[in-house]
Amino acid sequence: MTVQSALSATDRLNLLRMMVLIRTFEEAILREYHADKSPGFDIGAGLVPGEMHLAAGQEPVAAGIGAHLSLGDAMTATHRPHHLAIAHGVDMRKMAAEIFGRETGLGRGRGGHMHLFDPEVHFSCSGIVAEGLPPALGQALAFQRAGTDKVAVAVAGEGAANSGAFHESLNLAALWKLPVVFVIEDNDWGISVPRSASTSVPSNAVRAASYGIPGTRVEDNAVEDIWAAVGEAVRRARAGEGPSLIEVHTLRLWGHFEGDAQGYRGDLEGVPGRDPIPTYQKHLTDAGILDDGAFTEMGAAASATVEEAIAFAKSSPLPDPADALKYVFTEGAQS
Amino acid sequence: MSTAPTTQIQLPLEPEAGRRKLSTAKAMVEAIAQQMHTDEKVFVMGEDVGAYGGIFSSTTGLLDEFGPERVIDTPISETAFIGLGIGAAVEGMRPVVELMFADFFGVCMDQIYNHMAKIHYESGGNVRVPMVLMSAAGGGYSDGAQHSQCLWGTFAHLPGMKVVVPSNPYDAKGLMTAAIRSDDPVIYLFHKGIMGLGWMKKNPRSIGAVPTDAYEVPIGKARVAREGKDVSIVTLSLSVHHSLDVAEKLASEGIDVEVIDLRTVVPLDREAIVASVGKTRRLVVVDEDYQSFGLSGEVIATAAEALPGGLKHVSRVAVPDVPIPYARDLEYSVLPTPARIEAAVRQAVAG
Ligand SMILES: Cc1ncc(C[n+]2csc(CCOP(=O)(O)OP(=O)(O)O)c2C)c(N)n1
Repeated sequence: MTVQSALSATDRLNLLRMMVLIRTFEEAILREYHADKSPGFDIGAGLVPGEMHLAAGQEPVAAGIGAHLSLGDAMTATHRPHHLAIAHGVDMRKMAAEIFGRETGLGRGRGGHMHLFDPEVHFSCSGIVAEGLPPALGQALAFQRAGTDKVAVAVAGEGAANSGAFHESLNLAALWKLPVVFVIEDNDWGISVPRSASTSVPSNAVRAASYGIPGTRVEDNAVEDIWAAVGEAVRRARAGEGPSLIEVHTLRLWGHFEGDAQGYRGDLEGVPGRDPIPTYQKHLTDAGILDDGAFTEMGAAASATVEEAIAFAKSSPLPDPADALKYVFTEGAQS
Repeated sequence: MSTAPTTQIQLPLEPEAGRRKLSTAKAMVEAIAQQMHTDEKVFVMGEDVGAYGGIFSSTTGLLDEFGPERVIDTPISETAFIGLGIGAAVEGMRPVVELMFADFFGVCMDQIYNHMAKIHYESGGNVRVPMVLMSAAGGGYSDGAQHSQCLWGTFAHLPGMKVVVPSNPYDAKGLMTAAIRSDDPVIYLFHKGIMGLGWMKKNPRSIGAVPTDAYEVPIGKARVAREGKDVSIVTLSLSVHHSLDVAEKLASEGIDVEVIDLRTVVPLDREAIVASVGKTRRLVVVDEDYQSFGLSGEVIATAAEALPGGLKHVSRVAVPDVPIPYARDLEYSVLPTPARIEAAVRQAVAG
């Protein structure tokens, strides 16, 4: 792992802290999701019904991006959005409440886990692959027109990089020099389809050349390298130099969605050994800036935050079925 | 008043179902496999149709049986692979292409409605597009607004594609066989709730008797799922089962409900609708698609045109023009649940 001199010890501990917080949240959702789905897994049953896409293993991407963004910057994410939302500062309690389908949730229980919208921090995501990319262009345009140095970060998977929306977005952002940072999370799989069967080039970073923008691939899920690449892309965008594309070779630690038996997956045995959290923990321990006690404390603090959010979600009221038709249009309008 | 013609055109006879039972998913796969065996031009293509076997098990086992040349996993490039299916069909192949969820049609709609659906017409009938586009529809399991829609009305509104929507394993196999053999593009929409999947609450009728040999359920022919004389429920897909449950319940109170399973949206079996409503004079349309500008209005218009002044009751139970909500109670308050259907039937016979 390349050590970035610009990162202070505090910055590095913060990257790890963010990764731990995200993992703690995902583990809590995993627990709650499966808690009442037995006997026999029923996707529609339980406190948290529906599809559930968790991002364990992809924490370094979120932490590396989040470290460079501040209030006012935008992010659009995918169907696998929690890690990015947390790193971008989405209110964890409201996010948990949305996942539990509560009236206190980000979308008052209407959206669900794939459709999280937090206007306070300009966060959104989409359940339709690659379709979260184009809106980031518009947010960037708005920032540009307003004369700010705000940026929009658009995140998608390597599977999404084969869709029209990806290519159209890169071209348009490059053409108009929009302050966008495109980040591709290459976790090797688009559900069951390996990248080798879906993508004609070894790295999506090379595709940036077709649009005349910088493209970087970060190997090994290395959080500090991600941090460095995103830092440069964000600097360019803020300086009016236009968009960049970063692809991170990350890791899908668990199934595509919960309930995925992953029968198609030949790489499973080596997967736990590639978990980025113990790897980075060891790295910081070896560097002498972390000890076991401090790491345990990080975990405890994360647990406290997460469990409070989960408890808030669980104790929040369910939406009133009589209100199901609300919010199709702004107040007063009806179809 | 017009009623069903007394001399029906004899369509190919559907065989007796027999005793062997299959889930809807397995029945679909069997139809595809049989057509792949008889016609080497048939191939299957889509996201996760190979090793995964289709997210809703619509292609399970086909990769093992036919290999990766005929069961092809695609990138997430729907415009490209659906367009590719069209091109292959134009050249005489018979693609069965899966779009994982009907909700995703937006990213590839141009290929579907401006190309797949129009080429035959634009070519003055000279070019055929014998392609099946299958896709999962429907909600009821909290998958949210982008993964729970039915949308058959949208496909049906755009001319040039046949739209079939089975409700049970027997029809699923017969309609798939007919769809693959058809020289027209066919949209084949299966509701997730009728597939008989192990990880979803099972409708008991999602497993049923299916003949072993290949057979067709003719496209464009509705089925009287239950005969009755008081009120007609015209419906399709999962709502057929809810309607049958309601009919059985109300039978004990002396309310005699007829249930028509449309099976095909395009072409719509208007004769069957008119025959049933002509008899009962009361019509309840049950549709899990959005209410306005869709199938339910079309069914009512069909009845009204054929039976001017002859209807004692018309109503519909559909999704009230709202995106499908995530939270369970919200979702079930907009879906056409048995409770809503029952209330509509009671109202129909009260008037
Ligand atoms: C347009 C569209 N096509 C297909 C899907 C179904 N789908 C959901 S996630 C997914 C795989 C996405 O892979 P990738 O972009 O690599 O992201 P990952 O799941 O690996 O994070 C697919 C095919 C979808 N949601 N939208």
